[in-house]
Amino acid sequence: MTPVEVRVPTILRPHVGGVASLTAEGATIGELFDGLVARYPNLRGQLITEEGELHRFVNVYRNDDDIRYLGRLETPVSESDVVSIIPAVAGG
Amino acid sequence: MRVESILDLIGNTPLVGVHQLSPNPDVRLFAKLEGTNPGGSVKDRIALAMVEAAEGEGRLQPGDTILEPSSGNTGIGLALVCRVKGYRLKVVLPENVSPERRQLLEIFGAEVLPSPAAEGSNGAIRVAQELDKEGDSVLLYQYGNPANPEAHYQGTGPEIWADCPEVDAFVAGLGTSGTLMGVGRYLKERNPAVQIVAVEPPAGELVQGLRSLDEGYIPPIFDPEMLDRRFIVRPKESVEWTRRLAEECGVFAGLSSGAVLAGAAKVASAMERGTIVALLPDGGWKYLSTGAWTEDVDVVVERARRLIYF
Repeated sequence: MTPVEVRVPTILRPHVGGVASLTAEGATIGELFDGLVARYPNLRGQLITEEGELHRFVNVYRNDDDIRYLGRLETPVSESDVVSIIPAVAGG
Repeated sequence: MRVESILDLIGNTPLVGVHQLSPNPDVRLFAKLEGTNPGGSVKDRIALAMVEAAEGEGRLQPGDTILEPSSGNTGIGLALVCRVKGYRLKVVLPENVSPERRQLLEIFGAEVLPSPAAEGSNGAIRVAQELDKEGDSVLLYQYGNPANPEAHYQGTGPEIWADCPEVDAFVAGLGTSGTLMGVGRYLKERNPAVQIVAVEPPAGELVQGLRSLDEGYIPPIFDPEMLDRRFIVRPKESVEWTRRLAEECGVFAGLSSGAVLAGAAKVASAMERGTIVALLPDGGWKYLSTGAWTEDVDVVVERARRLIYF
């Protein structure tokens, strides 16, 4: 499996040793996140709910594209992709 | 054209070809210039619609005070409407917006109540909801007010359909989501194949005052099912496309318009052929102080990172 860059927002950095970006392995977003939660148990419940869905107030982008409109957690990723986790906040 | 009131000039904005910005020669690109509204932005539409809805429901009486959280444009639109109709207005405005937004609010006589920059628009909403409990003003609350998407269902959507029935994709910024919800519903009723595409800045990355994910916010009027795609556009791309609009098309538009064009270009690249309508929320006037057209791109981008420009 190939490593994929995952960018972590300020609010989740305390759970991953303070870094803004890390790499994870997996062929889909869901696999990347499973790997991250295994490495950083405090992320449990922050990204994925107990029902296995994306957290309501988390938006995840493969490059610039919201994965909710691609394949959700099944969205495939490859080495050249950058995955960004961004909290949902008010705009406008 | 002759009208009785400045409010009669809200809406009916022009649709202008900016095809030279399309990365795909088989995709035509049209820009709907909302900066031509009298208050200078798309938000004039919802300002008037929300006030008229509140009047119709008997929630507003002459001399009442309206309260609204706004990063600027909705506040400015409301200030204009309130001046003409004789209401007082309090706008909760995040501290990190361009100074021109604050100046315009003051020109139209609004009282500006600052909310902490570190909380972004979330903070403006929080402060407005606290003030609303005092009960001496009427909170219109654009994020949850059905008159917001309705203004676009009644106005913006039909205007686009009348000018461009061949539209294949509609691209707009996602703030309250009112534009996308109202135009999206109208266009999909006419042609279910129309793609509705949202563009937004990485606001959640930039809001430093967020303490937990559960302090996040989704506007009550937002229905994610209405969208077909949603793109993040970073400040650098927004500034670059804002410049291209001016330099290559002579269209002087605000920073969120650059973001919308960047999103439209991505859609154009992914299409075989067709027509895209991109909604440009405001003109460039309120962003002159950011140096967006005149200073070094990297300097402007750093400034834009700290600014709410959607």
